Amino acid sequence: MTGAEIKEAVVEILSDIAPDEDCTNLKEDVAFRDQLELDSMDFLDIVMELRKRYRVQIPEEDYPQLASMASTVAYLEPLMKDMEK
Amino acid sequence: MPKDFLRDAKDAYDVVVIGSGLAGLTAANTLARNGHSVLLLEQHYKLGGLATWFRRPGGHIFDVSLHGFPAGMIKSCRRYWNSQIADSIVQLKHIRFDNPMFSLSTTFDRRDFTRHLVERFGVARKTVDEFFDTARAMTHLGDQSMTAGELFERFFPGREDVVRLLMEPITYANGSTLEDPALTYGIVFSNFMSKGVYTFAGGTDKLIGMMDAELRRNGVDVRIRCRAEKIHVERGRVAAVTAAGRRIGCRAVVSNGNLKGTIFDLVGQACFDPRFIEEAQAVRLNNSSTQVYMALKPDVRLDEAECGDLLFTSTAPVFRTDLLLNRQVTSRTYSFYYPKTRPERNRSLIVSSTNARYEDWAGLGRADYQESKRRLVETTLDAVEKYVPKIREKIDATDCATPLTFERYTSHWAGSSFGTKFEGLAVSRRLPREIAGLYHAGSVGIIMSGWLGAVNYGVIVSNDVDAFLLD
Ligand SMILES: Cc1cc2nc3c(=O)[nH]c(=O)nc-3n(C[C@H](O)[C@H](O)[C@H](O)COP(=O)(O)OP(=O)(O)OC[C@H]3O[C@@H](n4cnc5c(N)ncnc54)[C@H](O)[C@@H]3O)c2cc1C
Repeated sequence: MTGAEIKEAVVEILSDIAPDEDCTNLKEDVAFRDQLELDSMDFLDIVMELRKRYRVQIPEEDYPQLASMASTVAYLEPLMKDMEK
Repeated sequence: MPKDFLRDAKDAYDVVVIGSGLAGLTAANTLARNGHSVLLLEQHYKLGGLATWFRRPGGHIFDVSLHGFPAGMIKSCRRYWNSQIADSIVQLKHIRFDNPMFSLSTTFDRRDFTRHLVERFGVARKTVDEFFDTARAMTHLGDQSMTAGELFERFFPGREDVVRLLMEPITYANGSTLEDPALTYGIVFSNFMSKGVYTFAGGTDKLIGMMDAELRRNGVDVRIRCRAEKIHVERGRVAAVTAAGRRIGCRAVVSNGNLKGTIFDLVGQACFDPRFIEEAQAVRLNNSSTQVYMALKPDVRLDEAECGDLLFTSTAPVFRTDLLLNRQVTSRTYSFYYPKTRPERNRSLIVSSTNARYEDWAGLGRADYQESKRRLVETTLDAVEKYVPKIREKIDATDCATPLTFERYTSHWAGSSFGTKFEGLAVSRRLPREIAGLYHAGSVGIIMSGWLGAVNYGVIVSNDVDAFLLD
């Protein structure tokens, strides 16, 4: 998957987790937490969905990498680059 | 021959979940939805653990732990269960306090507490805002050295009345005291303050029935009257569980039973590192409870304006957390259930709850125990009289529960109502590092208890189990 495709995948997951919010126009470098109403359970759900949908394993110590769209995509790129969309 | 409650069970599963409290139920459901084969074992004859109810002649149903939970339960039920369950959750808008220091009514949310603190208690608005913001910013990774008492002293020095207003409900909700870490207070308090107190319309029986149906839809093999007797560990990994005399293979176990019971009774301390055992031994259990259940005659109506939904009462002149545990009860929380709880039954009920020490009840002989129970009911009726005049003429049935009752139905050590003190959380989280495939999901650490804490902890642990099974 390309960076753009990974981003699309993350937006899809976020939209399922926060159905009442618009997740399509998020600022790349601003923390999700500052743009959406997300709590720690929501972040856990992102991790679970990434595992369920794409089989990527994210250890707990790496959770901080999922803070913003830019950092999330940068973190996931090496893990997902060989995947088919 | 006794009935075989494991009849037609398979010889092995991906995961065995031991215990069907809200954390066990939610873990079983989450793991099954993620595609794992799950066996759920419950020793009691019904699911739910402390989220339970019982019937008495005359069409009465008593709820044991349905007094109120935070708004977050709506989101968690929608996401980890289904939207029908979430849609049955409704707000309790009439929470009351009555003690020698003050008597007031509140919707129990940040805005209304702020109004009371500023207008009645004369606290500066800025201080109140700062206090709420500080509490809300707390996480379980934060500073553990400050106690709840110190937090209050910092914002409201010398104000015992303010401390009472802010702390008493939380002490009831999870047994925490002024000596516990401030962060446990901050997290639980902020959960409630975000949007108030909620209940499940239709009662606990309806909720657990809906969860049972959802589990079966998702393929969980649900077994009641099946006590897990042993968790087998081989070469540092979980290998099987013995229940009802049968050994059932599994790659992972999620124990929803008491944390200490899991380590010392189900696994056995020989399987662990001695340093871990020392830490596990040092974990303090939370207190237990007593309850008195009062069913009103079918035609009797409670005065909703006078009683409210939840009433925190005390006759103690000051608020001290040790007084709340004393057997000479001075503080009681009443839940008033109106016909709206179960409209088809049209009944009104009152449940009085107090925090209690296991030791005060465990040592009694049979006659003393019966006498203590009788006295508990009578003194409670005397106390309720203030809010429901002529209560004795109005009741159809009474019953009561003691720490021994809670111990019997849940196998919790010392009948603990709210799991363990804060240090239990780290021990619970460390289990899989001690023994591969061994997990605990159930009330621990104050913050992971109560209905919402238990449900969310079930999900948090399922996430770890899911990752483990995929590796
Ligand atoms: C009196 C009282 C009032 C409360 N009121 C509220 C309230 O108003 N709001 C709120 O949010 N919370 C309340 N709580 C707390 C809340 O009920 C609990 O924190 C929560 O239900 C605990 O869930 P749990 O998953 O930790 O497990 P538990 O409910 O403790 O269940 C554990 C389960 O495991 C089973 N088990 C144990 N060992 C074995 C074994 N070896 N084999 C098979 N099964 C086993 C037990 O039978 C039990 O079903 C109250 C608690 C009490 C006692």
